[in-house]
Formats: sequence, C-alpha cells, structure tokens
Amino acid sequence: MLAYITRRLIQTALILLGISFVTFVLLYLVPADPARQIAGRSATAATVENIREQLGLNLPFYEQYLRYLGGLLNGDLGRSYLQKTEVSELIASRLPASLLLMVGAIFCELVLGLTMGVVAALKRGSRTDDTLMIASFVGVSAPQFVIGILLLYIFAVKLGWFPIGGYGTFAHLVLPSITLGFLGAGWYSRMMRSSLIDVLRQDYIRTARATGVTRAKVLFGHALPNAILPIIAMIGIDIGLFMSGIVVVESVFGWPGIGQLAWQAIQRVDIPIIMGVTLVSACAIVLGNLLADLITPLIDPRIKLR
Amino acid sequence: MRKLLLAGVAAAALSTSAMLVPALAEDIKQGGSMTVTYKDDVSTLDPAIGYDWQNWSMIKSLFDGLMDYVPGTTELRPEIAESYEISGDGTVFTFKLRDGVKFHNGRDLTAEDVKYSIERTVNPKTQSPGAGFFGSIKGFEEASSGDADGLSGITVVDDHTIKFELSRPDATFLHVLALNFAHVVPKEEVEKHGADFGKHPVGSGAFKLSEWTLGQRLVFERFEDYWNPGVPKLDQIIFEVGQEPVVALLRLQNGEVDVPGDGIPPAKFIEVQNDPKFKDLIIQGGQLHTGYVTMNVKMEPFDKPEVRKAVNMAINKDRILRIINGRAVAANQPLPPSMPGYAKDYEGYAYDPEAAKALLAEAGLADGFETELYVMNTDPQPRIAQAIQQDLKAIGINASIKSLAQANVIAAGGEEDQAPMIWSGGMAWIADFPDPSNFYGPILGCDGAVPGGWNWAWYCNEDLDAMAKEADAMVDPAKAGEREAMWRDIYLKVMEDAPWAPIFNEERFTIRSERIGGDDKLFVDPVHIPVHYDEVFAKDVQ
Repeated sequence: MLAYITRRLIQTALILLGISFVTFVLLYLVPADPARQIAGRSATAATVENIREQLGLNLPFYEQYLRYLGGLLNGDLGRSYLQKTEVSELIASRLPASLLLMVGAIFCELVLGLTMGVVAALKRGSRTDDTLMIASFVGVSAPQFVIGILLLYIFAVKLGWFPIGGYGTFAHLVLPSITLGFLGAGWYSRMMRSSLIDVLRQDYIRTARATGVTRAKVLFGHALPNAILPIIAMIGIDIGLFMSGIVVVESVFGWPGIGQLAWQAIQRVDIPIIMGVTLVSACAIVLGNLLADLITPLIDPRIKLR
Repeated sequence: MRKLLLAGVAAAALSTSAMLVPALAEDIKQGGSMTVTYKDDVSTLDPAIGYDWQNWSMIKSLFDGLMDYVPGTTELRPEIAESYEISGDGTVFTFKLRDGVKFHNGRDLTAEDVKYSIERTVNPKTQSPGAGFFGSIKGFEEASSGDADGLSGITVVDDHTIKFELSRPDATFLHVLALNFAHVVPKEEVEKHGADFGKHPVGSGAFKLSEWTLGQRLVFERFEDYWNPGVPKLDQIIFEVGQEPVVALLRLQNGEVDVPGDGIPPAKFIEVQNDPKFKDLIIQGGQLHTGYVTMNVKMEPFDKPEVRKAVNMAINKDRILRIINGRAVAANQPLPPSMPGYAKDYEGYAYDPEAAKALLAEAGLADGFETELYVMNTDPQPRIAQAIQQDLKAIGINASIKSLAQANVIAAGGEEDQAPMIWSGGMAWIADFPDPSNFYGPILGCDGAVPGGWNWAWYCNEDLDAMAKEADAMVDPAKAGEREAMWRDIYLKVMEDAPWAPIFNEERFTIRSERIGGDDKLFVDPVHIPVHYDEVFAKDVQ
C-alpha cells in the first residue's frame, strides 16, 4: 500500500511538471506582449524594453521556464500583470468559494443522480424510466451555461425564490450547485440504474425476498449498499469535471471562485493568473484521481492495489 | 438626420454645461448609498499604474491632482491647486496649493508630495504606462532612463508652492496634470505597502477606500475631511465585481443595483432600448473616440492620394452603424464631435461609389486592385471589416480580410510594409485627455510613424508637424480659441491627404436606477466613466 502511494505520488509530481511545461509553452506562444501591455500605448520602445528586462521576459525560453519552476518550488506563482497582486494571494482568496460550490455540487449530483437512478431501476421499462433517462441525457449533454441561465431566469427572475447571482448566503449556493451538479447527476443516474438492476438480479437478493424480507428492507439494506460502491469511487474523478465546469458556472452566477478568476484572466491575457489557475486545477484533478484510486479498495474489497 | 441632430446636441451640451451644474449643486443634500457592478475585478487603484476605463474614474474619486475638469465637461479647472501662473514663454508653470488639503491618513498634503508623486510615475521602476506624458518637463530623459533620481524641472518653492520648468512650451501641460498619473500619493503609505499600494490606496480624494474583498466587492466611504465641502454627494459607493452585465440589468430592475458599470450588453441593446422599463433610465452621450481605417501611404497603391480618397467615398458608414445597432455616429474627420476643435461644418467625403470609381480610374487603376484589410478578431470588428470589404469590392478593390489577435494587428501596424489597411476597431483611438492634440502625435504625426508606433498609416507631413508644434506652444489661455482653430485646420489638412477613412465615433449609453440623481452630463462625463462618482446624488435622502 505504502509503496503504491509513493509510486503514485512520484507519478503525480511528474504529471504536474509536464503540465506546467505544456502550459508554459502554450502561453509563451500566445501572441501577446506583456511588456507592451503593461507599458501602455504612450510608452517609448525604451520603456517597453526596460519593463521586459524587469520581468525577465528578454531571457531565453528555457531560462524563463526554470525561473518560473524555481518560484513554484518556493510557493511563488508570480505576480499578475494586470491586477498587480501575487497570484497565490488571488487564488487563495477565491479558493474557499470554489470549494464550497464543489461541496454543494457533489451533494446535488448525489441526491439527484442516485434518486433518479434508483427510481428508474425500480420502474425499469416504464414511462417514468424513459422520462428520467431523457432527463439524465439532457443533463449530460446540455451546456452548463444554458442550464445556468435557464435556472436563473425561472427561479430567480420569474419566481424570485433565489437571489440573482452573487455569494454569501445558503440561498446563493442553491442554483449554482444544481447547475454544476446536474452534469454529474446525469452520469450517476445512468450508472446507478444499471448498477442497481444488476444487483437486483443477484441470487442473494432473490434469497432475501424469498425468506420474507420486505421490499424496502431488501432495497435499502442489501441492494443499495452494493450498487452504490462503484459510484462513490467516482467522486474523486468528478473534481476534474468540476474544474472545467466552474469556469462557466461561476461566471454565470457571479460566484467569486477561481473559475471566474480564470475566465477574467483569459479574456485579458493575464498570463501569470492563467498559469496559476491551470496548475492549481491540475493538482486538484490529479489528487482527486489518486484519492479515487485509494478509496476504491477500502469500500470494495474485491479490488486490490498493485 | 438623427446623427446630425446628436452631434449638435453634444456640442450644445458642452458649451452650456458649465453653468448648469453648480446652479444645482447648492441644494443637494449629502448622504445615501449607490451600488455599481462590474464584470471584471478592479485591477489596481494606484494612480501611477491604473490605466483602464474601469479604474480610471475610481482613482479620480480616491485621489486628487493639481488640475481637474468642471464635472460633465472638458473644461479645465484647478483642483488642489488654488491658482496657477504661466510664464510668458509658456515654459514655467507655478502652482499655489490650497490650504487644508489632507490625505486620508490625516496628514496635510504639501508641494513635496506633488513632486514625489510625479517623479514616482516617471521612475522606470514604477512601470507606469503614463510616464511618457511628462516628457516636456526638464530632466525627463535622465529620470525616465533611471540615470537621475528626480526631475530637475520640478522645484518645491515652499510647502504650498510648486514650480514646473519645461524644456519646451506645452499648451497641453495643464491637461497632463489633470491625468491620474499626476495625482498625489503620500510617500509614507507608498513605502509601507510597496508593490501592493494599488490594493491599499490612500489619497486625498473625496472618497476613501473602506473595504476591498478580492473578487467580491469594494466600498468607498465619504472622506469627512475633504477640502471641498459639499463633495461628494453620496456617503457610500459599493462596487460589486464579478457580475455579468445581463445579470446586472436584471438586478437593476429589482432595485438591487444602481449603475451597471459595463453598460448594456451589445446583444441586448435593441431590446433594452425599446423596453419601457429601461427607456427612461438610459442616458446617451459622446465619447472621445474615433474608429477609422488606416491606409499605409508607404505601400502601393495607397501612396496615391486619389486611391485613399476613393476608399473614403466607397464606404457606406450608415450600413456599418446598423451593424453595431446605432451605438455610434458617423465620422468624417479624425476628431470626435465632443472634442474641442471638431469641425462642425466640414462635410468630408460623402458616400459616392461612382465618384470613387472615377478617382480610381484617374489614378490609373480602373480595373481595381488586390489588397489586405487587417482587423482584430473579436466581434463586432470582423463583421464591420466584412461590410467595408463589400463596399470596396463595389468599386473594384478586392480586399482580403486578415482577422488576427489584437497584439498581432498592432504589431503589423507598427511595421512599415506589413498592413496596407487596418480597421482600428477595438484598438484605437480613445483620447487620454480632451485636447485636440491627443489625436495627432502618436497616430498621425511623424513621431508615431516609427517601428512599433501607432501611426499605422505611416503618414508623415512635415508641414503639419510644424503647425502642430506651433499650436502646442501657444500656452497663453487668451489664445486658446486661436489654438483650437489651428488644430481644426490641421485635421482638415490631414483629410485632404486622406491617410484615414474615418468611420464612426462611438456613443456612450449609461443606464442608472431611478434612485440616483444628477445632471444628465454627469452620467456621460467625458473623463469619468461610467458616471462622475463625486457628483451624482441619492434621491432618497433629499
């Protein structure tokens, strides 16, 4: 187990190094001249050159990259060109909001997804099953900004049940969580449905029913705990899904998380922020996957780590 | 017809506004709060560094400079200066400071602070985008290259007197001192916060920053010790960031927001303008902006004036205005209508494809020619370029569109032989200060026609440069009218050579809640965007 974790951690570090390199190359190739951007349009060529030198942008590519890596090892993500603030500070100030949103989304996708899946499995082949599966199909395929704006329009603008975007109270959290969780709910309902149908066909379920255990007891006591196992293991992987989702969802709902930060930075080509958010998200995804792999054998003894 | 009317209204507004605002200001009670929203985070509130339209006006409320404008107009007036004197030759400016001007930290503002602040902007370590504006002060070269610590041309005579010596007479110098880059910062606070001063701004302005939650909101509170009693009108302004413009409009409808800072989203423009709920809340005004097509006079066949004039006549500006939902007025000269020096009676090159064809034939290009039109690749710029492309096609010019990232178009324009034509949309040009000279030097003068410069037409007319120099040396305020006429003349002469085809001047549409009052001009102030924060008031406390 320990050897496995060590090996995975080394792999993780290498993956992150690779990601930092690829992102750095891509952003290096972006046709934007940060020095000119900072200097403004009234600057002389000498001023631009001076700023380029101060930022180290006149150095060869490999040297710039090594400098950046050196900073990373000291926890320094650089300074934003436009916001004139440490990137680590910007990300740290916004991370709690993103984490809160993710917790909300995980809750929503589990509640929505599992309920839909269980109902569909129990009513297999019925019209309810069809309706639910179409809903899950919509959840999986509809763009999140469409769902977000639709929910915002119906429940906040028309019905006035929730605030129109923003951050702060529980009411603010509901709509963005549903929007972000809806995609996962679509997947989970399908997985839950097939997994539960599979379990319900097993001999031990039939035996339980035959010995007179009630339908409800069989479902909640025996079938569900077994059917739910493969799904729990997926939550770690969801973090990756959320990382791409929050960019859209946070922008629609004015949620002050790192997704919104990234979206603003992309529009204004603020390279240090784009770089920083990409690395933090990559860390979250890689660690999420690692977590998923480590949890699986704990909840399902049939799986062994090698 | 509507365009003509609007141009007239804007000009009339400028000439009368000076009288209207103070007459009202007497009776307005202070108090109340206003909520403004923005999509993007506020980048920095350091006056030496902030240079986007969002922080520009916020910085003006937190800091003060020697000079300022009468609210809602382009008319200069002293701010923390009480009076000023200009030497006969226009090279020495002496300012007397007001008594009782305090920083938000309680310390008195002195002439030493003014000197420190401008030297800080010019110092290359500050990386200020505004350093170049101070080029006429003696000792600028040494200071901006880092060879000297300060500017030898600035002398602190006593605590309340400061003297600027210029290396050449500069009629725009008072405007330069009204720029944020010349606003006064307290040295001790700058040193305390270092590079993060922009997040902890301390000035002497009408408002002070009381809260800044990164990514969420900023709160400005009235500075009780402000030197100008009665200003600001509001007790508090709350800026909420991270709000999409569409969402901000919905919240405005609910009474949660007073001013959506990003304005009306282009896609919703027509809908909002025709909506009875919003119609009366929208205020329209001019902007110091011109959008134009440059023709590189160093590249064939645009070296021939006939060809450039033909392009001017070929473009149907009204159709382009429809593409952008009428958010602009058609332009026929470099200056926008709200800029002093604008030639009201000038007719320009009217849309006339037949005459354009005849001009091409005159230039020996009856069969037309192939060329390229560079454009920035974000909407609506490529659509505008396509309209221009079709118009040019009608007179036989086949222009292929090169739609590139902003930085690439700017880079191509800065090369002598790269871009035959560029549509300036999304890149140029909005004036830094309301003076006609601001549309010449970098974009039409010989100084801008250098590699990496902004004169994308590579137009260099030595005679006009000499005239411009002469006009800018006319520092005597009594000669302001004469100077304005001279600039008007310069731009009309530019149009005779036609290095540009001016297309339109963008208009501003500010939307505000019923609660917020003030003269209409305060909501489309030429310098304070989106509104003049110090002067608008809350109706619910009246």
